[in-house]
Amino acid sequence: MDMKTLPRRRTLSRRILGIGAAVFLGGLAAGCDSGDKKGLTVGFSQIGSESGWRAAETKLARQGAEQRGITLKFSDAQQRQENQIKAVRSFIAQGVDAILLAPVVSSGWDEVLGEAKAANIPVILLDRQIDTPNVDLYLTAVTSDTIEEGRVAGRWLAGKVQGRDCRIVEIQGTVGASLVANRKKGFEEAIATAPNLHLVRTQSGEFTRAKGKEVMEGFLKAEAPGSICAVYAHNDDMMIGAIQAIKEAGLKPGTDILTVSIDGVPDIFKAMADGDANATVELAPDMAPRAYDILLAYRKDHAPPPKWVQTPSKLYEPDTAAAEYARRKDLY
Amino acid sequence: MASPETPVTPPPVVLAARGLTRQYPGVRALDGVDLTLRAGEIHALLGENGAGKSTLINLLTGAQPRNGGTITVDGVEIDPDGPGGAVRAGIAAVYQEITLLPNLSVAQNLYLGREPTRWGLVHRARMNRDGAALLRRFGLTIDASRPLSDFSTAVQQLIAIARAVDLSAKVLILDEPTASLDTAEVQTLFTLLRTLRDQGLAIVFVTHFLDQVYALTDRITVLRNGRLVGERLTAELPRLELVAMMLGKAPTAESHLGRRPATAAPSGTPLVRAQGLGRRRLVGAFDAELHAGAVLGAAGLLGSGRTETALLLFGVETADQGELIVDGKTVTLRSPRDAIRLGFGFCPEDRKLDGIVAGLSIRENIVLALQAKRGWWRRLPPARQRELADHYIKLLDIRTPDAEKPIQLLSGGNQQKALLARWLATDPRLLILDEPTRGIDVGAHAEIVRLLEDLRDRGMALYVISSEIEEVAAYSDRVLVMRDRAPAGLLEGDTITPAAIVNAIAADHQTKGAA
Amino acid sequence: MSAVIQRLKAARPQLALLALALLVNVFVAPGFLDLRMQDGRLFGGLIDILNRGAPVMLLAVGMAPVIATRGIDLSVGVIMAIAGAVAAAGVNAGLAWPLAILAALATGLVCGLWNGLLVAVFRLQPIVATLILMVAGRGVAQLITEGRILTFTEPHLIAVAGGTLAALPLPVVLALLAAGLTGLLVRATALGLFVEAVGTNPRSSRLAGVHTGLVLGAVYVWSGLMAALAGLIATADIKGADANNAGLWLELDAILAVVIGGTSLYGGRFSIGRSVLGALVLQAMRTAILRAGLPPELNLVLMALVVAAVLTQQSPAFQPLAARLMARLKNKEARV
Repeated sequence: MDMKTLPRRRTLSRRILGIGAAVFLGGLAAGCDSGDKKGLTVGFSQIGSESGWRAAETKLARQGAEQRGITLKFSDAQQRQENQIKAVRSFIAQGVDAILLAPVVSSGWDEVLGEAKAANIPVILLDRQIDTPNVDLYLTAVTSDTIEEGRVAGRWLAGKVQGRDCRIVEIQGTVGASLVANRKKGFEEAIATAPNLHLVRTQSGEFTRAKGKEVMEGFLKAEAPGSICAVYAHNDDMMIGAIQAIKEAGLKPGTDILTVSIDGVPDIFKAMADGDANATVELAPDMAPRAYDILLAYRKDHAPPPKWVQTPSKLYEPDTAAAEYARRKDLY
Repeated sequence: MASPETPVTPPPVVLAARGLTRQYPGVRALDGVDLTLRAGEIHALLGENGAGKSTLINLLTGAQPRNGGTITVDGVEIDPDGPGGAVRAGIAAVYQEITLLPNLSVAQNLYLGREPTRWGLVHRARMNRDGAALLRRFGLTIDASRPLSDFSTAVQQLIAIARAVDLSAKVLILDEPTASLDTAEVQTLFTLLRTLRDQGLAIVFVTHFLDQVYALTDRITVLRNGRLVGERLTAELPRLELVAMMLGKAPTAESHLGRRPATAAPSGTPLVRAQGLGRRRLVGAFDAELHAGAVLGAAGLLGSGRTETALLLFGVETADQGELIVDGKTVTLRSPRDAIRLGFGFCPEDRKLDGIVAGLSIRENIVLALQAKRGWWRRLPPARQRELADHYIKLLDIRTPDAEKPIQLLSGGNQQKALLARWLATDPRLLILDEPTRGIDVGAHAEIVRLLEDLRDRGMALYVISSEIEEVAAYSDRVLVMRDRAPAGLLEGDTITPAAIVNAIAADHQTKGAA
Repeated sequence: MSAVIQRLKAARPQLALLALALLVNVFVAPGFLDLRMQDGRLFGGLIDILNRGAPVMLLAVGMAPVIATRGIDLSVGVIMAIAGAVAAAGVNAGLAWPLAILAALATGLVCGLWNGLLVAVFRLQPIVATLILMVAGRGVAQLITEGRILTFTEPHLIAVAGGTLAALPLPVVLALLAAGLTGLLVRATALGLFVEAVGTNPRSSRLAGVHTGLVLGAVYVWSGLMAALAGLIATADIKGADANNAGLWLELDAILAVVIGGTSLYGGRFSIGRSVLGALVLQAMRTAILRAGLPPELNLVLMALVVAAVLTQQSPAFQPLAARLMARLKNKEARV
């Protein structure tokens, strides 16, 4: 579940752009070499390359394939389901051993996945689930647990403030996305157990730095000076915007106001290393390598994996931030 | 010419319109006009711009409401309150710009709004079958399921007529149907129209091609300035007399406007000389000489190419043949700006569309051309703008409380004066005027003529296109007569009389060489 | 002096709207109107609105002449993204900050020139012509940023949004300067007259000798330049070029601001000042909604309701209705 992509309204542009590009890239994918000796060949239909996280996922998919001797056929769908369907059909026609699919939308997959099943090619979903009455259509789904992400963030905050009274402001993602509802729900569940934590304001920052900053400015103006104890943002980008707003208001983020957000993009690690942020919950981008391992195990012992493999929602704090930043900055 | 055999009893009247009147604010577009259509006749409806043809058609089809008059169809009074009402009464119209939907199939166009249905859904197969059968009756064997845009304009025109007739029409009105057809297509259309006539349809045929009027029609109604001039049998109306009716001038009568003492036709080097100037599909090669302090008049019917000569002289269209010589040098005009730089000005025929900038003030309209000539950087100071506007408002007697009123509030005559002011402010050497007195009340009319004469006397070269034959004869030093998009003669000095102009306009093809 | 009064009079509806929006802010957050000086910079709710509204103010300043020519520029949001990306990539590649800023502004000019070319020379409908860049431009910006948020630390570039001049945030100063300069450019030269003439009747204007192509081209170039400036501010504000989100949908805000400013989408009369007021009205409403503490699900609904009310009140069909209503109310009062 990549929060930077889900509910975007800008897809029009990429869609139109995408037609040409996808045809082009599709051709590239089809033309890729498959001249390995005995290793597996896996097709990966990626949504696009709209964010750093998505780029990292792609990069790790390539690296992971190389390490395992897998030949990867990659196709960028430019945010269009048609392109993904085309790519899957092309993978089937090429007789790949398995298909990874990061679905751009949740419905409308039954037919093409049925074709893959008929061709006996296992399909693994990456970072998003699909709606289908027939879960046999795919082998498994490797995604994060978005409610759990919110819970991890909430639990950390509860532990951090101990018994102190804490007024929390929340910067949500784009209104209407299920991801946003889940991250909100998980966080509220976690803080509900602590009567000293109060969620006092919530507003949408539309997943962007600019809006995150504007919303935080509003919070700081609307609340009495010094009364906000913590800010929870549904993604790191909005938090980075909020951190700037806090600084410009003459306060020290990470000290005067605690921060916790979700994603684990390099810039938030940098902010933590600089002492401007307190915590982030990582949405692991190594979905594809996990899928490879599941696939290899399945081919060896033919025992079907569970239908949902959850990636860990790991929380990072400033102590490891500098090292984590160094590890990630070239990945994203 | 297929005049039906002389009937023992006159054919029955299908449609009788009596005293039709349409009033716009300030203008009476149609004033008590009668029209009588008989079964099995093709009836030409003729008149110059502003005669009221379109208004009359609009009243018959109910596209506009009447302010007075009655319409009866088969003796029953009808009220075409909207296009549906007229269609129910059996009146259908086909316009010059085809009003069908090019992206739909031919059959869908034929049955638009009355599609055959089966189980509540459009019965497509039957629609295509019926459509093809209908078109066969009109001499067209085509696949009705193909999109309309696959077919030529001529075929589309026939399809439009087929649709109109199939709507159980008793009266078919064709507004300039031949404007975009070639000769062969016109013949096909005429054959069809004759067949329809012989089946008893009454057909109204609007055109400005006089040859077609004589080739096709049985009867003619002429309108002028919103009034009925007369209704005549085509066979009994000589061409000369028809032109005279359209232009409002009896060919024999002497002008009541005294012609100024015959000065010798201007000589010496002309300011502007056009030699064989022309543009394909626009206007054939014509010659013209424009002298300082002299008026070149241009006469001709609507569509004769008279306006197009002005478009070439002002660079609105670029000539692709001939030469234009200004101050002894050959020039090419690629845009009006080129012409303005040479000191030309142009008051176009359609004041509303091409002349005034409605929404801007009188002042802004007056300074626009001068400001454009100076360029955007050298803005006329506001004080100078006001001074100019006030000067011309006073000089030309433009009736307005002040220069800041929006120009569209002025009457037609005052708008024309403001446009004149726009050009006078640029101090032009040549002023081209297309129908400067059209749609202007009598008082302002005389004022504008006086003004033009005054400008001429002060040394300006004028090129005046007008359908007011008497006026043209009165103030012109030379008159260029246009016909069928080509020059038809040049009158000079004493030979300029209204009768001579009408003769030159009306001369048909056989006598063209002699004109 | 009388000219100033006349202009203020013409802007009465916009001023009234702005006053109303500010009133709502005061109601939502008492002390909203307080101004205080700190470290040589003014702080307060009014300053916030000016500061946050600066990008849309700039876009509206560029958009007003475009709309006055009966055109529209849908690409300004995307131009913001491209210009921001160019500036960020520039300083990160070691370009001196003045050059990076110039490069960003030049990018805006080139984008505007492209739009102008399509509209004036190739005669594309403006909505289609600028849609091309709107659609393709984000891709261009993403190519420059390689899909990431390109952050930078160049203090001068950051100062475009964070700096202070004459006790005001730099974006406010830039927006007001740009508005003033544009106003001067259109009213102290004949451009304003030409723009209005071409927008009202292009045929007559051409016959009167106005270089319609040049006028059309110029307004799109100017709009591109204003958008690039807005993009610099938005990018400097978050110290990073966000190709996916910078300027997203702001073209619609700009169009709305111009319409609220009283310019008809059918072209003709326009006013830079009133368009700026229109942008401020939008920002004041947005600020009020953000600070009211209502559920975020209501943001768009509230905005839509307010805009619908504003535009209905401006519609020609509504005014006689309102006049009759007022007359009836007055009659009742008189009887009572």
